Amino acid sequence: MNLPQIVEYARSGITVGSIYAIVAIGFNIIYACTGIINFAQGEFLIVGAMTAISLSHVLPLPAAIAGAVLVTALLGGLLEIVFIRPVKNASVLRLIVVTIGLSIVIREAMLHLWGETVRSLPYFTGTAVSTVTILGAGVSLQVFWVLGVSAVIVAALTLFFRFTLTGRAMRACADDRMAARLCGINDRWMVTLSFMLSAGIGALAGCVISPVTQTQYDMGAPLAIKGFTVAIIGGLGNSMGAVAAGLFLGLLEAFVTSQSSAYKEAVSIVVLLLILVFRPSGLFTRSDVSALRTA
Amino acid sequence: MRLRIYYPVLATAVLIVLLHLALAYADATYYMTQITMSAYYALVVIGLCLLMGYAGQASLGHAGFFAIGGYTAAVLTTYNLRPYADAPFVSLCRALGLTMQWKDLYGTDILSFTPWAAFGSALLLTGLIALVIGASVIRLKGHYLAMATLGFGLIVYRIALGTPVLGRADGISNVPPFHLLGSLQVNGRAPFRIQNYYLAWVVVLIAMVLALNLVHSRVGRALRSIHENEEAAHSLGVNTYRYKLAVFVLSAIFAAMGGALLTHYSGSIGPAEATVMKSVRYVAIVAVGGMANLWGAMVMGILLNFLSLRGVFGSFDDTVFGAILIMMMIFAPQGLLRVPRLRALGSLVSRRSHA
Repeated sequence: MNLPQIVEYARSGITVGSIYAIVAIGFNIIYACTGIINFAQGEFLIVGAMTAISLSHVLPLPAAIAGAVLVTALLGGLLEIVFIRPVKNASVLRLIVVTIGLSIVIREAMLHLWGETVRSLPYFTGTAVSTVTILGAGVSLQVFWVLGVSAVIVAALTLFFRFTLTGRAMRACADDRMAARLCGINDRWMVTLSFMLSAGIGALAGCVISPVTQTQYDMGAPLAIKGFTVAIIGGLGNSMGAVAAGLFLGLLEAFVTSQSSAYKEAVSIVVLLLILVFRPSGLFTRSDVSALRTA
Repeated sequence: MRLRIYYPVLATAVLIVLLHLALAYADATYYMTQITMSAYYALVVIGLCLLMGYAGQASLGHAGFFAIGGYTAAVLTTYNLRPYADAPFVSLCRALGLTMQWKDLYGTDILSFTPWAAFGSALLLTGLIALVIGASVIRLKGHYLAMATLGFGLIVYRIALGTPVLGRADGISNVPPFHLLGSLQVNGRAPFRIQNYYLAWVVVLIAMVLALNLVHSRVGRALRSIHENEEAAHSLGVNTYRYKLAVFVLSAIFAAMGGALLTHYSGSIGPAEATVMKSVRYVAIVAVGGMANLWGAMVMGILLNFLSLRGVFGSFDDTVFGAILIMMMIFAPQGLLRVPRLRALGSLVSRRSHA
């Protein structure tokens, strides 16, 4: 493997890795607020990208993307209000099964709405062939968009959770829902907000990655399982861990694929199983903390 | 009094005969083909019901076990051993009567393992895989277990899709019929329809009796205590890990049995049987049946698979099962027959099996 090839694989690894990180952060936001894993997380990306593609026929690209993020966020909130909220004294298992059902229904709805066609958004700047040369390898401009948007999402979320009243209220709910309610925080609304937020950033991630990987109705499930792997490696609820783990998984996948492309999908699943078996608390968490969750 | 739990078995046997007569009278015996197939799918559901409903452990990978059973049976009965006929292992198997000679559709002479040998291997292999997988993942809880089994299912699907000997995307066809005893055989061709209808039901009822025995025994009570409160069960001396693992392996073997028999019945198997959607479908059926309700799971397993195989849901097939899952979890997590308004109906159909 020569240098340009290494740069090439690293580029593809970092690109998809940062998307995995965003999916994982989406999982984290909902998990922190409700304790459930939203199996429909991957579908949010595809809904976002598909909506943006449809809107981009009538609107300029930035407006189409903004519209898609808004629509997906509203969809996320709506799903929470209609399907998650009414489940009374719910066990985690029941709520998970509901989200599995939701992911299937959303996927099938997309199949009926948009068909099986593979679509994509246009490149944000330049065209598919415009590249920047780094260490002898051509790197597409869209890659910088993906990295930039991911970085902005992570930074904005950090600021939001740390410095705004709403963000702090959400963290309070995640910490102790009853205590948060006693402080006058509307905890139900915070849960809805966590779904909207998670759907919204999912949609944005789906839009920026669409020119690179294309978009098809059934691409949500693989993204979700990889995002989940990343969330677990990074430690559920740990966003910075998710970023590191996302890049790790993306790079691992890219370099394994460079040897044999047949097992690309299997890489992350094997990693997932290994992590679940040997260190379900994640690589960056002290094990005694998570003993409470999985013991 | 213990015999009371078997009354529904007798009632079902009578209903099965009546259904046959009704179909014969309506000149619609062709429905029996789909009923037979649904019965084999129902085996998976019965096993999963033990695992999910009684032990409270979710699995999103049971289509994987079904596929392992089906593919093992298919490969061993179709892979031509003729080039290796003199290899020591093959000659040993021949001497033991584990192989058979037959001609496929195109008249090629084939030397392969017998369906009995293949069936045994399928169950054994699935059991072993379930033991290895289960030993590592069954400690996990809730969504961790769900994701781990989902991951396992995805790997099986990828392997089926990528391995040449498993036929890649085409799967394996030309699987020979399974000669059980004399003229009794698992065979999907029309002359064998009635025979196979009863055969499948007998298998299902045997599975039901086994499962009923299990849940009404000490083991069943232990499993329910794990479902109710694992820590409490553990503190009372129930070896929760071993019970969970055992029921996981058992349910995988049920699934493999369904897979192997259905493969012989339909003569083929493809990667579609291993998809995550299939696993989700089995979970949905257990949920509709009422989670800890074996009879509900069996009835729904046959009914919903039958409707799906008849194409009643059209292109909304997957949507229907997804929607069922959501609705059941929101409105009737205890199953359809436990909804107050339907309870009277429920007490007729299924005697609540918690004694």
